[in-house]
Amino acid sequence: MLKGKAHKFGDGISTDHIIPGRYAHLRSNLPELAKHVLEDADADFSKKVKHGDFVVGGSNFGLGSSREHAPLVIKMAGVSAILARSAARIFFRNAINLGLPVLICDTGRINDGDELELDLAAGTVRDLTNGETLTFGRIPGVMLKILNEGGLIPYIQKHGDIKV
Amino acid sequence: MGKTIAEKILSEKSGTDAKAGDIVIAKVDLAFVQDTTGPLTVRLYRDSGMGKLADAKRTVLFIDHAAPSPGAGLSNDHILLRDFSRQSGCILSEVGDGVCHQIVQEAYARPGDVVVGADSHTVTAGGLGAFATGMGSSDVAVAMGLGKNWFRVPESFKIDINNDFQKGVGAKDLVLHLIGTLGADGATYKALEFHGGAIKKMSMSGRFTLANMAVEAGAKAGLFAADETTHEFLKSEGRGSDYKAIAADADALYEKTINIDAIKLEPTVSKPHTVDNTALAKDLKGTKIQQVVIGTCTNGRLEDLAIAAGILKGKKTAKNVRLIIAPASRKVLLQAIEKGYIKTLVESGGIILPPGCGPCLGLHQGALGDGEVCLSTANRNFEGRMGNPRSFIYLGSPATAAASALKGEITDPREVM
Repeated sequence: MLKGKAHKFGDGISTDHIIPGRYAHLRSNLPELAKHVLEDADADFSKKVKHGDFVVGGSNFGLGSSREHAPLVIKMAGVSAILARSAARIFFRNAINLGLPVLICDTGRINDGDELELDLAAGTVRDLTNGETLTFGRIPGVMLKILNEGGLIPYIQKHGDIKV
Repeated sequence: MGKTIAEKILSEKSGTDAKAGDIVIAKVDLAFVQDTTGPLTVRLYRDSGMGKLADAKRTVLFIDHAAPSPGAGLSNDHILLRDFSRQSGCILSEVGDGVCHQIVQEAYARPGDVVVGADSHTVTAGGLGAFATGMGSSDVAVAMGLGKNWFRVPESFKIDINNDFQKGVGAKDLVLHLIGTLGADGATYKALEFHGGAIKKMSMSGRFTLANMAVEAGAKAGLFAADETTHEFLKSEGRGSDYKAIAADADALYEKTINIDAIKLEPTVSKPHTVDNTALAKDLKGTKIQQVVIGTCTNGRLEDLAIAAGILKGKKTAKNVRLIIAPASRKVLLQAIEKGYIKTLVESGGIILPPGCGPCLGLHQGALGDGEVCLSTANRNFEGRMGNPRSFIYLGSPATAAASALKGEITDPREVM
């Protein structure tokens, strides 16, 4: 069970919002890069976010670049999961590969600052502020195995191969 | 039941009878990274314990996004890539060689291949009938080490385009129109498969432009049959023997079909800050611009530079407009020099950048100032994309870009042709 605060964003948060190309020179200096997480969507996000919090997006979260640094800096900020109405394909796969769950559910009624309780096994999110419970879509089996190993590279370290 | 191009290639490469929705392990024929995703890939690769590359001669590291490097951090990333290439025996594409996607189609991708790259515009190689898709650093590291990865076989949309284009209208206008129709997530997880009379007649350059932007509708791949045009292109690159015919079966199943009449299309532009926010160029007349970019993996090919040079020949760009031109590869640059396009573009006021990604992703060579407006032939206009969240990016064709550079405002190219 994961518990934390919702940080609400709108539709179409791109990888340029999450970590813009102008910080490409910091991609080998991850602690510095991470200070700019989601800066172009909410300049204060990196100061406000607390360990265990959730990023809550609208539709097509993470569209754009294949840069794995995008989910990586969100994870480094302490975020325990991303909830969104829909997520872009590469971002979704990248996040799972880093062990960061992306859960697809109707985020429309979650407000910024709501306290959320996430039950990964049950597939539910309880919004403790408004009292509603949401269910989220199942993560495909192969991705669940990767997620359960903490990501793709840990999965490969353990199994030495990839199977479906 | 017949198969789509996506189902055919993934069936062959997985050794299964793959259908849309299946999850398969498929052989990867080419894996590549570039200089902003490659260093993380190399670190993850080293952590993974996978050891030797599955096929060093089919693994390529490209230095194109920050080339030449604007600062020490990226220069050190380049050193890391050069070291990895030396140690692993994989291929290195150096500063000045050009954009990864351009060189992949010039030199590496073959019809029927599965290609993965740590760059979302890896889809470009779909133009020659490869199943090419962008992935992150972890996934590409696995493909480099194991020579395979897992794929969900996508459902395909059939994009059926018939009739001829009007003068001044081309592949870029078509793809912007299509993304405007589908929406930025209208094809998420799907493959776009391009069919019809207009596609049969389309040059490889145009096909690559369409494939390149498939990802801007969320698609996993933008796929074309490999036909005689593809064969001639491969021959011109000195690799005619890489050709094999690829086509969808006549009775393949598509999730949906979108019909487009090419003659009805007009010069089309994406407005800030999303690619699907499209309008006709003529309806944006009067929109002042300070910078024009012609180049990138979308429109930095010889045909694109020829169109721009044709419009700008003997004319001068408008005052207060910077015209920045980035040829997509060394080969394109050399050909453009031979054809006289570079002279024409420089005489008209243009600035020639080294082959590479140029200012497209905002890390050098033409970042925008506060409130500035740019018309670019690139594929993305997201907030902050070109180095400044307080600037505005419009996307258009090389013809629209050249015409707009002449007038200093967004201009329908038919006005100046």
